[in-house]
Amino acid sequence: MRRRLRAAALLLIVAVVLYPLIWMVGTSVKSPEEVVSNIGLLPDTFTPGNFADGWNNFDVSFGRFFLNSIMVSGLTVLGNVVSCLFAAYALGRLRFRLRGMWFAIMIGTLLLPGHVLIIPQYILFRSLGWVGGDWPYLPLLVPQFLATEAFFVFLMIQFIRGIPRELDEAATIDGASPYRIFRHVILPLSRPALVTTAIFSFIWTWNDFFRQLVYLSDLKDYTVPVALTLFIDSTSESSVGPMFAMSLLSLVPVFLFFVAFQRMLVEGINTSGLKG
Amino acid sequence: MSPAPLREPAVRRRAPAPRRAHQTVAGYVFLSPWLVGLFAITAIPMLLSLYLSFTDYDVLTSISDANWVGWDNYRRMFTADPAYWHSVRVTVTFALVAVPLKLLAALGVALLLNRPFRGVGLFRGLFYLPSLLGGSVALAIVWESMFNRDGAFNSLLAVFGITGQPWVTDPKWALETLMLLAVWQFGAPMVIFLAGLKQVPVELYEAAEVDGAGAGRRFVHITLPMLSPVIFFNLVLETINGFQGFTAAFVISNGEGGPVDSTLMYTLNLYINGFGRLDMGYASALAWVFLIAIGIVTVVLFRTGRFWVHYSDSEGS
Repeated sequence: MRRRLRAAALLLIVAVVLYPLIWMVGTSVKSPEEVVSNIGLLPDTFTPGNFADGWNNFDVSFGRFFLNSIMVSGLTVLGNVVSCLFAAYALGRLRFRLRGMWFAIMIGTLLLPGHVLIIPQYILFRSLGWVGGDWPYLPLLVPQFLATEAFFVFLMIQFIRGIPRELDEAATIDGASPYRIFRHVILPLSRPALVTTAIFSFIWTWNDFFRQLVYLSDLKDYTVPVALTLFIDSTSESSVGPMFAMSLLSLVPVFLFFVAFQRMLVEGINTSGLKG
Repeated sequence: MSPAPLREPAVRRRAPAPRRAHQTVAGYVFLSPWLVGLFAITAIPMLLSLYLSFTDYDVLTSISDANWVGWDNYRRMFTADPAYWHSVRVTVTFALVAVPLKLLAALGVALLLNRPFRGVGLFRGLFYLPSLLGGSVALAIVWESMFNRDGAFNSLLAVFGITGQPWVTDPKWALETLMLLAVWQFGAPMVIFLAGLKQVPVELYEAAEVDGAGAGRRFVHITLPMLSPVIFFNLVLETINGFQGFTAAFVISNGEGGPVDSTLMYTLNLYINGFGRLDMGYASALAWVFLIAIGIVTVVLFRTGRFWVHYSDSEGS
């Protein structure tokens, strides 16, 4: 009896959780008339043309927006993985003057809300001529190469602490420098932490909106999230289908990561408390 | 495994002098990108924004042309800008309602999933999915349409013979739809709760059962206290996240915080002032007050946490 109750409750929750997502898929293939009139999850007339219409809805095709997003997310992953591992190795493993102070400051920046920094950073990047410059992605990417994502630094420190120190000590006795230890001990053994960082880094950047909204002003430079908001400015019934089609496409990369790394994602957040 | 405490990694013993010198150089080499980021991208801009919060800087002219206005921006915020207080009310209401509901949902579902059964992994993954899609614009668009006049929510109500209304354009209900979106994304705290539940020693339950404690008593006297550090962790994390909600409020209100400012979250108000009206001096002041407010909320949470968070490795509860 109790088992049945539990199963019923879980199925109900699954329905509530999945309903909006299934409705999204259904709406992306509904005709304009059906968007208004059809209350069902699935359309009576399958309208795949919404995808082509959405793709070419603006002067710049969605393909360009996708390429921009892939480039921004890809370089962000590279920057975070490299720079955060450097910082984590120093703070988590090496012994040097003032290390405790720098560690405390790192924890402090971990708690610093991103919205607080957006105004002064904007002013800084603007004065450097990076905002609206030849390559408008500099303000989005440069911070990622400077280990400013304290969360990943923290995650990697926690991980590196789990690597047996005896390995470093043995290497040191063999005459290895800290650089060689990094290259031949820490780097290869940190792979799980690096993969976790890479996955979350990609998904968060892909979903990020605030910073991309602030820094990208030219249509051809838009990333997918910023481009999606163009639909809202002109919501007429005929554009709902295409808007949903593009929204759905925009979630495909995240969804693929989810399917491929489901176990890691779930374990990643409970070992480190990563926000979802 | 519960989240590791924020503690500096222990340094075991002093290394011989030459090796330490070696490590100091290497330490700063590896730390250098972070140090550059700390000063150039974080610390100096923050100090700059503190200065600008006392000026009327508008971004279009150079910083040296900004006029010093003293406490004017702060005075305006607290006494002369109704939109400011409105945004504070909206944000606090949102956090006070959405965060507890989200944690309740997360804990409830975690308890349901805590017993092994076939397909438990699939359920866990499915419940986590909305969290992962989290702050995306696509999801906000779906939500906005779902609670429109012709949206799925009203279609659902119609099945039960209830005539709906356009929820997102009704100032009375717009914020509630945002709260519902937040609660729907209960997956991330749920996973953390699940990890916490696995840490509770089974012997405690067995002993309580022998003493004749029912399921309710076992939950109140064993599960809740043992889980309190994880509840606390989730509470802090979700509260801070809750204060920062931006994307959904932006999308649902078309970037304006409407209808009638009902979804004017603090960060959206900051964006409108800084990047909409180019009133960067005022926006800097908004950002500093936000930083201080979040700091105070965090400290208050930690202080009150002492009274109800139970750590099994320390004295008392």
